[in-house]
Amino acid sequence: MGAALLIQRWYRQYVARLEMRRRCTWNIFQSIEYAGEQDQIKLYNFFGYLMDHFTPASSERNLISHIFRENNICRNVDWERYFCYKSIEVPKLYSGPHLSFPITCSNAAELVEAFKNKQQLHSRYVLQLLGETWRLLRILPNISQISTCHSKEITICGDLHGHLEDLLLVFYKNGLPSSEKPYVFNGDFVDRGKDSLEILLILFSFLLVYPNDVHLNRGNHEDHIVNLRYGFTKEVLGKYRLHGKKILKLLQKIFSWLPLATVIDNKVLVLHGGISDTTDLHLISRVDRHKYVSALRPPKRKRQNRSGMTDSDLEDDDPTTKPVDSSRRRVHSLTHSSSTGTRHEVQRRSLQGLNNRVTCSVEEELKERRRQAGLSQSYGDLRNSLANSDSDPDSGELLESYGDEWKQIVDMLWSDPMPQDGCVPNEVRGGGCYWGPDVTEEVLQRHNLTLLIRSHECKQEGYEFCHNRRVLTIFSASNYYEVGSNRGYQANRATRALTLRQSVGRTERSALRALREKLFAHKSDLISSFQEYDPENTGLISLGHWACAMEAVLRLGLPWRVLRTQLVGDTLDGMLDYHLWFRELAITEPNTEVSLLETMYKHHSNLETIFRIIDTDNSGLISFEEFRQTWKLLSSHLQTEISDEAISDLAVSIDFNKDGSIDINEFMEAFRLIEKILGHIDYSYRPLSIGDHNNIMT
Amino acid sequence: MAEDKESAEAIVSEVHKKIRAAFDVFDHEFNKTVDVREIGTIIRSLGCFPNEGELHDVIAERLTVNRAYVHEHREDNNGTYLTKQIEEEEPTGYIRFEKFLPTMTKVLMERKFRPIPEDLMLQAFEVLDKQKKGHLELEELTKYMTQEGEPFTQEEMEEMLSAAMDPDKNLIFYKDFVSMMTVDDPR
Repeated sequence: MGAALLIQRWYRQYVARLEMRRRCTWNIFQSIEYAGEQDQIKLYNFFGYLMDHFTPASSERNLISHIFRENNICRNVDWERYFCYKSIEVPKLYSGPHLSFPITCSNAAELVEAFKNKQQLHSRYVLQLLGETWRLLRILPNISQISTCHSKEITICGDLHGHLEDLLLVFYKNGLPSSEKPYVFNGDFVDRGKDSLEILLILFSFLLVYPNDVHLNRGNHEDHIVNLRYGFTKEVLGKYRLHGKKILKLLQKIFSWLPLATVIDNKVLVLHGGISDTTDLHLISRVDRHKYVSALRPPKRKRQNRSGMTDSDLEDDDPTTKPVDSSRRRVHSLTHSSSTGTRHEVQRRSLQGLNNRVTCSVEEELKERRRQAGLSQSYGDLRNSLANSDSDPDSGELLESYGDEWKQIVDMLWSDPMPQDGCVPNEVRGGGCYWGPDVTEEVLQRHNLTLLIRSHECKQEGYEFCHNRRVLTIFSASNYYEVGSNRGYQANRATRALTLRQSVGRTERSALRALREKLFAHKSDLISSFQEYDPENTGLISLGHWACAMEAVLRLGLPWRVLRTQLVGDTLDGMLDYHLWFRELAITEPNTEVSLLETMYKHHSNLETIFRIIDTDNSGLISFEEFRQTWKLLSSHLQTEISDEAISDLAVSIDFNKDGSIDINEFMEAFRLIEKILGHIDYSYRPLSIGDHNNIMT
Repeated sequence: MAEDKESAEAIVSEVHKKIRAAFDVFDHEFNKTVDVREIGTIIRSLGCFPNEGELHDVIAERLTVNRAYVHEHREDNNGTYLTKQIEEEEPTGYIRFEKFLPTMTKVLMERKFRPIPEDLMLQAFEVLDKQKKGHLELEELTKYMTQEGEPFTQEEMEEMLSAAMDPDKNLIFYKDFVSMMTVDDPR
């Protein structure tokens, strides 16, 4: 009937427009978020470059080098002593849960209840629980093998990202983990949400109770460097003021010991990010996974180590760390080239040669390190650079195996699928790759598998099949970006209290708010870009030009024309008065110099991350000396002069409360002052590439 | 004359940019392709009102990347062999922007799939409302939408009801519904 058809046609058009709006909102959030991730990796590369750029003058190198690796040469025994909980007393007033070890399933259930009721676990129990977890993880293999013969169903849970409500909902709908209810938790337990630690404690306690039925895979957020930026570090330090640092240090070790993947029934591969064309599970099962404390950085290189032994070597030596399944490890050390004996010899040799080599081959070394740190480069080049490295021939083999291994791990934790065939570097995230359906087929076939289950990407419906249903992405954190913006798989499928319209509206508003903030932060760049299209200074530009300028400055890859209606109000004959527009856009106009405030806001999260990196003991304070060294490095890198004296004076004057050290607020203020002295500091560098004229490093 | 040409070019250029912007929203991998199943949304978001059949024609005729041909052999009354090419029901694959752009430009320039004016929409509802009550019952609307025309899926029906229906009375006051939907999106 004609009328029905008409109504259907009209309604479907309406739904399409709504879907378009929802997509745009999504894109806003994603692009702002990914821009953050890229920044993070750039920042990391930046410090890596700084570290390599300086000749090993002791104090400067030490500062940066201990950002990247543990300075203390400790055995596990020493670590155990450091992490010991026994001296911590639990006061009688404590009303939270008490744990006893070995932990029982009623303990674990108690913990869930306690966290549901917003209680906090005492630091003594936290350290005890984490200590036990660490000990268990050390004997687990890189790839867990599980089968469904015992229980028919295995529940796989995607990214939780600190959202306790989601985990609780999963448990409510599916039941708590047990021998009859096995679970695989597929990484990204922490960051963004505010209950990351509680989630970890719950997962670890069930892991301890049911070690054969609960499996954890490492995600790209189980990484202390990423945590500095995305909130987990802050959360822990806020909740545990006295013991937070210890807890974070222990967690660093735990993260590095988390298994990398799970295989079910020899048929289904479950891991956090994805694969690449070079993924080799046999290689991965043989690596020393704990060497990769952060997936953003390859493991400690022998060259840099000035005292002769890495503590990973010592860990191998240490009898207390001999795993239960020692036979497997022994076989590994015999067949694999990086056996303990050989490694020691090679180290000593390379150290002796170090001084000679430093002066003449530091440039090659730099180039190679840059290439390694610059993840934007193709993996082919990386392989070549490693193969052609003119370093010590023996360590050459080690370097190659490190680079290879490192790439495998980064790929597993950071990659995303794409619809086209092939395998290309993942430029958006800055790490891992995009892989196509042909790669899926090949890798699955090569390993005799039938399905790949992964997480890592937020999916609006909570899950998504791709690559001819050979790849399944699942994502658990509902409301990942905003109330109602997605429906977490394994949670919230049923509840759709808001109509589609309302939900889109709310999400849209918060995305637009986030976008407006970004616009405000880039105001002067935007204005100058607009002025380029307005040579006669009429104050008006066309909407087409507006869209071009927005993209040129913000580089968010957003559909500005589609978003235009939400961002721009009235126009005169299609021309926009951009000054007026900004005035209307601004929520509050600060009294202080607008340009500095903008820069501050723009770099706020970078600055905070830098601060936390420098503050290596996570005390919340940095010493004058650390401050001075850092500024010296930064200013020389940026090729501006600043004398020692000036920096010292600055440090003293910044310490507003005169307590001999600098806290984060003082640090931010310092940046603002430095900017006045040095002029505009541009942090928008990119990884090195030849002929990149925007790159301030050249 | 030159001025006319310039303005015509300018118009086409603007149209191209609009199409590009809408396309990009669904280009998840930033490689100028979109999943064919999103083409309908893109076309509609550009202000067109095709029905499902028309959409299918546009895709099948001009855009589909993968075509599966099935030959159906039949004898007609004269004993002559007829071969018919039947394309696969569900088009799969990806549409490249280079293919989409000329097709969509033509659609927009020729003003195909014009919008439905509000009063026509109202009339359509009134046709369904045989008793001229001013509203439709839940069962009535569901029956029409899921059995007539190009039927709604279960999910589409639920969505429409969540937007259109008064939950206390289970009635659809279509006059309000139509005006709400038409005002909603300023273009």
